[in-house]
Amino acid sequence: MLEIKDLKVSYGAINALHGISLSVQKGEIVTLIGANGAGKSTTLRAISGLVKAQSGSIVYEGRSIAGLPAHEIVQRGLSHVPEGRMIFANLTVLENLKMGAYLQTDQAVIACEMDYIFSIFPRLQERVQQVAGTLSGGEQQMLAIGRALMSRPKFLMLDEPSLGIAPLLVKTIFEKIVEINRQQGITILLVEQNANRALEISQRGYVLETGQIILQDDSAALKKNPQVKSAYLGG
Amino acid sequence: MFCILFWISVICHLLPEQAKQQLINGLALGAIYALIALGYTMVYGVLRFINFAHGDVFMLGAFAGYFLSPLVSRLLPAKSYLSGAVVLVLAMLICAALGMLIEFLAYRPLRNRPKLIVLITAIGVSLFIEYTCQHKAVFGAAPRSFPDLIPASNLHFGSLVVSSSQVIVLVTTLLLLVALTFIVQKTKIGTAMRAVSFNEKAAALMGINVNFIISFTFGLGSALAAAGGILYAMSYASIDPLMGVQTGLKAFVAAVLGGIGNLPGAALGGVFLGLVETIAGGIPEISPYRDAIAFAILILILLIRPAGLLGKMQPEKV
Repeated sequence: MLEIKDLKVSYGAINALHGISLSVQKGEIVTLIGANGAGKSTTLRAISGLVKAQSGSIVYEGRSIAGLPAHEIVQRGLSHVPEGRMIFANLTVLENLKMGAYLQTDQAVIACEMDYIFSIFPRLQERVQQVAGTLSGGEQQMLAIGRALMSRPKFLMLDEPSLGIAPLLVKTIFEKIVEINRQQGITILLVEQNANRALEISQRGYVLETGQIILQDDSAALKKNPQVKSAYLGG
Repeated sequence: MFCILFWISVICHLLPEQAKQQLINGLALGAIYALIALGYTMVYGVLRFINFAHGDVFMLGAFAGYFLSPLVSRLLPAKSYLSGAVVLVLAMLICAALGMLIEFLAYRPLRNRPKLIVLITAIGVSLFIEYTCQHKAVFGAAPRSFPDLIPASNLHFGSLVVSSSQVIVLVTTLLLLVALTFIVQKTKIGTAMRAVSFNEKAAALMGINVNFIISFTFGLGSALAAAGGILYAMSYASIDPLMGVQTGLKAFVAAVLGGIGNLPGAALGGVFLGLVETIAGGIPEISPYRDAIAFAILILILLIRPAGLLGKMQPEKV
């Protein structure tokens, strides 16, 4: 479904990605793990068009999406929940969700999608008229995921969904990610620092280190890999 | 709301007649500042820079009205409210297009450059418009007298005199403010404007074409400036290519006073500045210093509330 070959990205003089290649098949949950600054978020930003790729190819459903503006990439069914959630803190929860469906003109589809989001995150329905900036960290993450789902994506990228969230909610969020993948058939590319949980719910994983992929394997195998264990799973 | 209106009416009853008259004059001037200030603040909201050419769009609005008026009166009865409204709407449309054109030609190519460069470009655009329009092949530098768009008459309330153009200024401004609030708060494109103003990148991830929203914002702000230009010309009867310099500067000040980026703040700042200026101008001993007084009050307010009357303090992110 997504095929990346030799992707290079740099911020000015700093090279963030030194030519990485990865692929994601339809229906999978694939995770990208690695330390801070390894280039995980940059990979997602390059795919969704927030940063320009210096070289390399990004092919989504058989067509190149490298160099397209971000708003046209969303149109093709690829949605990105960015690092730090980036919800619109000045808008209400409802307005945030409506912005997620910006490209959708059929009100019935929007209503149906919103019902689905409220069914997985009932908390959002309770706070639908509340200004989003006043939500707790966990609720903001639910909103960010819900907002991304409003565009009815076929491919969802999640950047650090567990960051800054109460441990109890982290569990819920990960359960919902699996639910979204199973029930809606949405393919997921997950970036996580919490490697343990990420490898639990994913089928395959890539390990990034300073802008390069150093390992790739089935998640179960990665979990047992001594190198991964010592570096990312706490011994 | 009603409480405020009640107190305003109580205060009005206590004021001497002359002060009431100044209050009305000040409101009418403030309404015009408010219309222009909204454009500054909206553009700041989405692009974080001050469009110094905005005052010149205000001037172009007045000139659009000047040239449209004889054309419209060929089809519609001259000096009627209908033809006045048609002139207003057409001038707003022309200036909306001009504002979008300015953004497209001058600011869009600099989208990813430092804001200082865009700011200096804006000053350049402003000077370009002012001096091009002063050329004799364009408008010429001499002031022109603005035609009457509506039947001139005065309404008398006791000893108070309200001219029909003052009524039109206040009513038109109120209608435009309601329309703008509706667009920004209730429509999809208005919500997208607020989303872009909060976080451009996140907005792009929603599928929002950020360039389109910025263009739309320029159009909207320029249309309001054009309305301000026509209303100003109706009230003061004389227009010239440099009329946007001082009025534009004052409207910019009004936007800062209200809290830059805040729409109700811009309207409030405009009305406040208009009132202070007119009231100071009405007291003979201090009237030559009215601008100095208005700006001194502005400095005082900004010392106490650096983010403006309705602005929120936002620590600069580094």
